[in-house]
Amino acid sequence: MTYRNPPTTPRKSATFDDYTLSEIRRAAATGIYDIRGAGAKRKLPHFDDLLFLGASISRYPLEGYRERCDTSVVLGSRHAKKPIELKIPITVAGMSFGSLSGPAKEALGRGATLSGTSTTTGDGGMTEEERGHSKQLVYQYLPSRYGMNLRDLRRADAIEVVVGQGAKPGGGGMLLGQKISDRVAEMRTLPKGIDQRSASRHPDWTGPDDLEIKILELREITDWEKPIYVKVGGARPYYDTALAVKAGADVVVVDGMQGGTAATQEVFIENVGQPTLACIRPAVQALQDLGMHRKVQLIVSGGIRNGADVAKALALGVDAVSIGTAALVALGDNDPRWEAEYNELGTTSGAYDDWHEGRDPAGITTQDPELMKRVDPVAAGRRLANYLKVMTLEAQTIARACGKNSLHNLEPEDLVALTIEAAAMAGVPLAGTNWIPGKNGF
Amino acid sequence: MPATKLSTAAASDHASRVFDLDQMSLRELNQALHNLMPGSNETAWEVLNPKGSHSVAVGVDQPVSIDVRGSVGYYCGGMNSGSAITVHGSAGPGVGENMMSGSITVKGDASQYAGATGKGGLLVIEGNASSRCGISMKGIDIVVHGNIGHMSAFMAQSGNLVVLGDAGDALGDSIYEARLFVRGKVDSLGADCIAKEMRPEHLELLQGLLDRAGVTGVKPSEFKRYGSARTLYNFNIDNADAY
Repeated sequence: MTYRNPPTTPRKSATFDDYTLSEIRRAAATGIYDIRGAGAKRKLPHFDDLLFLGASISRYPLEGYRERCDTSVVLGSRHAKKPIELKIPITVAGMSFGSLSGPAKEALGRGATLSGTSTTTGDGGMTEEERGHSKQLVYQYLPSRYGMNLRDLRRADAIEVVVGQGAKPGGGGMLLGQKISDRVAEMRTLPKGIDQRSASRHPDWTGPDDLEIKILELREITDWEKPIYVKVGGARPYYDTALAVKAGADVVVVDGMQGGTAATQEVFIENVGQPTLACIRPAVQALQDLGMHRKVQLIVSGGIRNGADVAKALALGVDAVSIGTAALVALGDNDPRWEAEYNELGTTSGAYDDWHEGRDPAGITTQDPELMKRVDPVAAGRRLANYLKVMTLEAQTIARACGKNSLHNLEPEDLVALTIEAAAMAGVPLAGTNWIPGKNGF
Repeated sequence: MPATKLSTAAASDHASRVFDLDQMSLRELNQALHNLMPGSNETAWEVLNPKGSHSVAVGVDQPVSIDVRGSVGYYCGGMNSGSAITVHGSAGPGVGENMMSGSITVKGDASQYAGATGKGGLLVIEGNASSRCGISMKGIDIVVHGNIGHMSAFMAQSGNLVVLGDAGDALGDSIYEARLFVRGKVDSLGADCIAKEMRPEHLELLQGLLDRAGVTGVKPSEFKRYGSARTLYNFNIDNADAY
C-alpha cells in the first residue's frame, strides 16, 4: 500500500487577498490608479461600536409616542442675522451638479424641504432644480469656484466654505471628460469633454489668517445675513475646528473618512483622514476649550446611516449630522432593480462606485439624458423624506429611553463602547467598566 | 446721518457721495452700496481714508463709479458686478477676486491673487502685480502695466491676461483656454503652457484690451502670446512626468 501525504487546503495570503491581487493586476494592465466615488470601504471603528444605556432607576425614561422629544436645531446663531432653523438635526451634504443629475438634485431639494431641513450645493454651482425645490439651501464656496457668482451667493440661505472633505482631506477632484455635458461645461467655464481637475486649495487665500479675512469678505458681500459654515476633512479635527472658530465660522462641518466623494483615487479614499467616530471628540473638545460649544454649531458627516448614528453623534456633542451617500441610496442609488445593468458594468448593486464614468443605471450620478429619466424627482424626494423621518423617529426613540426631551440633551454619559478603540476615540467608557482609554490626551 | 461723516452733493441729474472710513464703518459703506437700486442717481462714490481696510466695496452690483482715495487691504472690489472702481493707491491680496463684470483700476501695485477666479470685467493694475495674478481666471480680462510674479494664471480657464512688463516663474501652469500676452521676458513657463503664434485676430484682440486699459504708445506686435498645449486635458499615464 502506497502512503500518500494528507491533502492540504490551499491558503491565500491575508496580505495579498483577492481584492489586492486584482488591484495589482489592474494597475499593471492599465498604468493608472483606480478612481472611484463613495467613501472609505474598509472596516473602521464606527458608531456601531457604541451602545446606549437606557434608563432604569438611576435615570428616568420618557414615554415613547407620548412625551415630546424636540428635534429642532438652529445653525449660525453666532453672527448671522438670519440663522438656519431646522426641524431635524439631519442635513443633506453637498454633492455637485455634474456629479449628480439635475433630477437627482431636484429630488434632494424636495426631500429636504418636506423634512424641514436643508440641502447643499456642490462643486458645480447652484442649479435651478435645487434652488427651486430647497426651502433652505447651503451654497458651497469651493476652491474651484465653478459657477460661483454674486446672484447665487445672495440667493443662498447659508454659505459653506469648503476647505476639505472626509474622503480626501488635502485632495482635489477629478470629473472625467465623458461626463462633461454642454451644461456642465458651461457652468464650469471649461471646454466640453476634458477632464475637470478641481483644485485642492483655495486660490486666493493661503492660511487661517487669510481665511478670517475671506470670511469677512463673504459676510460683507451678503450683509452679515447668512451663516458661514467652514467644512474640513476629518484629519486634524481639534486644530482645524479651533482655527475655523478663530476665523469666525458660525458653523464647523467635520467630514470623517467614511464621507463620500464623486471621484478620487481609491488609495487616497482608503488611506487619508480619520474615521468619523475619531473626529467628533477632538472637534467638540476644541469648541469646549474655546468656550464656544453650542455657540458655534458642529455638524459631523461621514457614514451616518440611521437614527442610532444620529443619536450617538449628538450624544458626543454634535449639533447636527449630514448625510450624502445615504441620501443617494434613499433616492434609488445602487438599487437591486438595476442588477442586470450593474452586472454588465462588472459590478453589483451595493458596490457600484464608478460614478465618474457617467453610466449610473439608477440615473442619479450621470448626465446621460436617457438614464436621468429614471429618476422621478417627486417620488425620489418622497423616499428621501421618508428616510429622514425614520431616522429622526429612531433617534427620538433612543433619546426618550435615555430620559431626554430633546435630542440635544443626549450626552456622553449615555454611551459605552464595545471596543477599546471606540472607547478611546469617542471618550466614553468601555462597556462594563469606568475606563476611558486615553482620557487625558488625543 | 451726520453731514460730517457722509456728504451728499446733489446735482440736477446725479449725486456724488463721499464716504469717510475714518468716521464711518466698512459695514456702513458696503451696506450703502448694496442698498443701491437700479436707476439710482447716486452714481459717483468717493471713499476716503481706506487705510488698508479689507473688503472695501465688495459685492457691488450697480453701474456706479467708486473712487477709493488711498490703499486698500484684501479683496477690494470682490465679486464686483458692474461698478467701476478706481483705487488711488495700492491694493492688497485678492483685488477683484471673482469679479463678474465692470472694472477695477489700481493706480499703484497689487499684491498676490489679483483677479483670482474672475468671471468677467476688466482689472487694470497700473503698477506691478505679485504672484498668482489671474489664478484660476474664468473670463476676466487683466492688464498689468508692470511685472507679475510667479505662478500667475495657474489653472487659468478663460479670459485674457496682458502684461506689459515681465512675468515670473511657472507662468500659466496647467492653463486651460485663457490667453496670456507678455511684452517682457518670462522666467519660465508652467506645465502645459507654451508660446503660441500671434495671428491677426490676436493682435486685434490685444489692441482692444490695451485701448480699454488706457495704454498708449505700445504696439500689440511687441507681445508674445502664451496658452495651453492641451496635452494634459485628458489624463494619460504617459504624461505623468508633467505632474
